[in-house]
Amino acid sequence: MSEQSLQGTPGLVETNDQHGETTLVVDPARVVEASTYLRDDLRFNVLVDLTATDYLGWGAAGVAGYIGTPQGRDLNATGSQGFQAVPSARPKRFAVNYHLLRVADDPARLRVQAWLDDDESLASVVPVWPAADWYEREVFDMFGIVFDGHPNPVRILMPDDWEGHPLRKDYPIGGEPVRFSGEE
Amino acid sequence: MSVLPTTRIYEGTRIPSPCPTILEIDPEQHALDDILSINFGPNHPSTHGVLRLIVDLDGEHIAGIRAVIGYLHTGFEKTMEHKTYWKAITYPERIDYLAFQSNELVFVLAIEKLLALETPEKAQWMRMCLAELNRIHSHLVWLGTSALEIGAISMFWYAFRERDMILDLFEMVTGVRMHTRYFQVGGLAEDIPEGFYAQARAAAKRMPKAVDEYEALLDNNKIWLERTKGIGLLSADDALALGQSGPMLRASGVDWDLRRATPYLHYEEVDFEVPVYPNGDVYDRYKVHMDEMRQSARIVTQCLDRLEALRGSAWISDNRKVVLPPREELHTSMESLIHHFKIVTEGFRVPEGEVYVAIESARGEQGCYLVSDGGPKPWRVHFRAPSFAALQATATCVRGTAIADMVAVAASLDPVMGDVDR
Repeated sequence: MSEQSLQGTPGLVETNDQHGETTLVVDPARVVEASTYLRDDLRFNVLVDLTATDYLGWGAAGVAGYIGTPQGRDLNATGSQGFQAVPSARPKRFAVNYHLLRVADDPARLRVQAWLDDDESLASVVPVWPAADWYEREVFDMFGIVFDGHPNPVRILMPDDWEGHPLRKDYPIGGEPVRFSGEE
Repeated sequence: MSVLPTTRIYEGTRIPSPCPTILEIDPEQHALDDILSINFGPNHPSTHGVLRLIVDLDGEHIAGIRAVIGYLHTGFEKTMEHKTYWKAITYPERIDYLAFQSNELVFVLAIEKLLALETPEKAQWMRMCLAELNRIHSHLVWLGTSALEIGAISMFWYAFRERDMILDLFEMVTGVRMHTRYFQVGGLAEDIPEGFYAQARAAAKRMPKAVDEYEALLDNNKIWLERTKGIGLLSADDALALGQSGPMLRASGVDWDLRRATPYLHYEEVDFEVPVYPNGDVYDRYKVHMDEMRQSARIVTQCLDRLEALRGSAWISDNRKVVLPPREELHTSMESLIHHFKIVTEGFRVPEGEVYVAIESARGEQGCYLVSDGGPKPWRVHFRAPSFAALQATATCVRGTAIADMVAVAASLDPVMGDVDR
């Protein structure tokens, strides 16, 4: 996978390499175009995973204390001497991550990331990778992110009449009402 | 990686459109009143847990199908966001309760990747050894229950005989038979007991013979052959489009195994073959499982050779910022006591970042996506469940089969509902 061809991805905002993994941040409006390009021109033939992360409240409480590294405590890292370190800011609330895999003699992995705010939606990639069907339903169910053009946009893990989206950070553990038997 | 040249399972694609997981019938055909809609599950013994299938029957044949999941949704991912890493390790095992060590392994590997933590040789070989024993364990449960559903009842007892032998090994090493929580960030929770080597060697020696016995029971059984051959077809292209992995892909003629394609731990140092079969039917999925058990036994033997040479060496990293100090030090060293207290109460902190780690579990690509904000609890954990992907192929695989075959097909996808619903 040459650097050149990744740069040709439609709607590319930035690429970054962390822990040996490549992440392409793309414009959410052009996710389908980017997916088609990556599948057809760069041969990423399998969508292995599709998931989202809610960054609401990210860095609101700084973290301090021991940072484990192979060398032990890293005294030069901010936050390691009692001062709070705040993780680097994120552009929007939700990140939708597409994990792609090239099943071929030259295997490669790629993470495509699209950033969304609360009221924004994303185009469905089911026409590109049929495997996205249930994954997009799961992200809708858990985060409330709407995928435009999904053939069956209903909840998948929670009951159909469920209120709220459990994996959002503002949905607390124990937030669901408990029904007791014998109660009116 | 190659696709077997003989692969001619069917022409074109059979993935339903527009929704790839729902096989729909014409409403007009439904109105003609010769379509019977039945509800299969969620509580039915042959759904491997709680899977509900809504089936439209045209006589004995399946005209439409829709899978409904979520009955075993437990909110593991949400719960793990509220636990320190050290405590969260117990959760992934309960997701896929048959391949528990694979889930545990992938989560631990993801944490170690964020920490850039080196683990001792002995821990890596032991992780491989247990992961392969666990693969055999998972395949045995699959074999026993799948054969049972098709009517080969005796198969169940033979498969569970060997399964017990493997559970005994887990008990010997970890103290429990299932959900072992033996892999620790940095290595293993305990040293390997001395008796393990000989008993594991005997089990690895026994397995190929046991697999021969199973094959003798099934491969000469006319009913078994007729119920599995040519049923539940899935072509290589459709399998890739539906995101299949593991035995599903290999039975459709795609020569793909993460242990060989992108080796982790020490898989590049052991000899094993990746079984590939070209027909994409239930029978080939069964053959892949059988061959994998033989290959896993081979890997276990090679791991034991290495482990025996590593007797007496460290089984866990000595990085005290992450790893608990040895018990005996707590009585004499103030620093050890502090570290112990900090790691247990507050948890160790993992540097900010996001990683995706994937390993080959018993049912395919088991992935873990982990986001850390630099604190002691994961910001987000997501498990890429191979069963979830496999179940998406239900509609494609059962197309055109009879209701009785549907049970065989659903079993061959090897879904573990805990893994599907998480």
